[in-house]
Amino acid sequence: MDEFPQGSVGLVQPKTQHFPTPLLLANGRVLPDYQLIYETYGELNANKSNAVLICHALSGDHHAAGFHSSEDKQPGWWNNYVGPGKAINTDDFFVVSINNLGGCNGSTGPLTLNKETGRPWGADFPTLRVRDWVESQKHLADLLGIKRWAAIAGGSLGGMQAMRWAIEYPERVGHCITIASALKLTAQNIAFNETARQAIMADPEFFNGNYNEHGTIPKHGLAVARMIGHITYLSGDGMGEKFGRELRSGSFSLGCNDPLEFEIESYLRYQGAKFSTQFDANTYILMTRALDYFDLAREYKDNAIDAFNHATCKFLVISFTTDWRFSPKRSKEIVQALLHAKKSVSYAEIESSYGHDAFLVPNKRYNDVFSSFMKNIAADIKSLSNKSFSSEPGEF
Amino acid sequence: MRIDLGIISSYVKANQDVLDLGCGDGALLSLLRDQKSINGVGLENDHEKITECIEKNIAVVEHDLNKGLQQFDSNSYDVVIMTLALQAMQRPDHVLDEMLRIGNECIVTFPNFGHWRARLHLMFYGKMPVSDLLPYQWYDTPNIHFCTVKDFEKLCAEKNIFIIHKDMVYENKCTSFLCKSYPNLFSETAIYHLTRN
Repeated sequence: MDEFPQGSVGLVQPKTQHFPTPLLLANGRVLPDYQLIYETYGELNANKSNAVLICHALSGDHHAAGFHSSEDKQPGWWNNYVGPGKAINTDDFFVVSINNLGGCNGSTGPLTLNKETGRPWGADFPTLRVRDWVESQKHLADLLGIKRWAAIAGGSLGGMQAMRWAIEYPERVGHCITIASALKLTAQNIAFNETARQAIMADPEFFNGNYNEHGTIPKHGLAVARMIGHITYLSGDGMGEKFGRELRSGSFSLGCNDPLEFEIESYLRYQGAKFSTQFDANTYILMTRALDYFDLAREYKDNAIDAFNHATCKFLVISFTTDWRFSPKRSKEIVQALLHAKKSVSYAEIESSYGHDAFLVPNKRYNDVFSSFMKNIAADIKSLSNKSFSSEPGEF
Repeated sequence: MRIDLGIISSYVKANQDVLDLGCGDGALLSLLRDQKSINGVGLENDHEKITECIEKNIAVVEHDLNKGLQQFDSNSYDVVIMTLALQAMQRPDHVLDEMLRIGNECIVTFPNFGHWRARLHLMFYGKMPVSDLLPYQWYDTPNIHFCTVKDFEKLCAEKNIFIIHKDMVYENKCTSFLCKSYPNLFSETAIYHLTRN
């Protein structure tokens, strides 16, 4: 543990859980069996009341904190906010982080072998909705003996899962933390996702999603999809500050005919290329569709207040000033519906130049708000456990 | 405990839904939670104070009150409270209307500009009063709409607002009697519990 930075959960080992019971999906199809890969940080207390579920966003996975090996340079995606002494304090909480169904990092998804055909699922993998993830997460919670999550937290698509949990299984959620999220996507937001999907589908190596059978990967399409996404996750000002019009190569001097490349071009190409070999194109399509399809209030007469009427937990909602993909306006819609439903909600709009990505980036005020909220949850758990212990002798 | 908070708490009934406009560090809402088991939420714009509310386990929503309260339904709260902030609003009269639209009742407190010291300050020094309670200069003060107890009651009468309770907070016991007889001269802070006629 000493070799890892302070405040890190250190070396972590993913676990895999197989579920032999068929899962009925929201679209009517049935997954005959499936597996989930997940990580846990911290210790589950005696009465299993200190569990926190982390839900990941579009391209996230189960690896939220710590390192997979001592050579691992990159910690988990939410390492800034999950660890000993951090906002989600692993000294207080038992944290569970799951790779969503349909993912490409170890949970059952398009890369998994379809036992009926003997081939990978590929494009035939069922379309998923956020509620399907909640169902599968609930089955893992049952297996771990977690009857009620002290809190469920997530950014972006992860925030949607947290809200879905809060209204579908109110008795199983103590607190819901929704960061840079929305009740549903706007037309513009769906448009970005569709453009990204079209980039993948237009790649000649995509083969209608059955690229595995052809031994290819639509890496150019996936890279462009990632570039489109990346642009929308950053703010215009943030991008300007970081890259400006700086040149990576070439020059504008008269008479110079060397090939020109802006820093931003080089950066986006690098990010795209890196992503295209690490992520699965079918998973990307599946995850973006789940985002598009999500509408918290759809089954509640399109009324978010009706939807939130079912919740019993306390809410924390956070947005970021320069996030235009999931703007503060979207978070305020969540807050407004919660206030109308007379739910306990706190809301903070955090200044950041990092756009949508801000929920991953260190930020003092974001950390203060998040930590303060989590500390109260931890204090409640401790006082309740003490009470239950002290009441025991009285029973004899 | 601040004396004005205790008086406000005496106006609030158990288990009421309370909206606190400009709730600061959440001191009033936590008192009302502990004494009256209210369901409360505060609106606040100051970042540090928002964090302090969350530390106290008080529900707080970041919001600039000068942007209005249109998002709140009529009669959606039992009581809407605003402590020592009315004088900092762009249109205190509109805010009062809004508070009584959203709440069945409202409680407002404000510094009484008719207090004898404020009057003497202006009379003898010929300068705008600066005190411990209001430590600002005229050019940097957030308090842009000062009023006296008399001014406020005149506005209530014009708006047909009914005063359920009122209390005047004074600096020490010696002025207690004077404050009761001459509230506009001796009260430092005025506390009003209001409803629509």
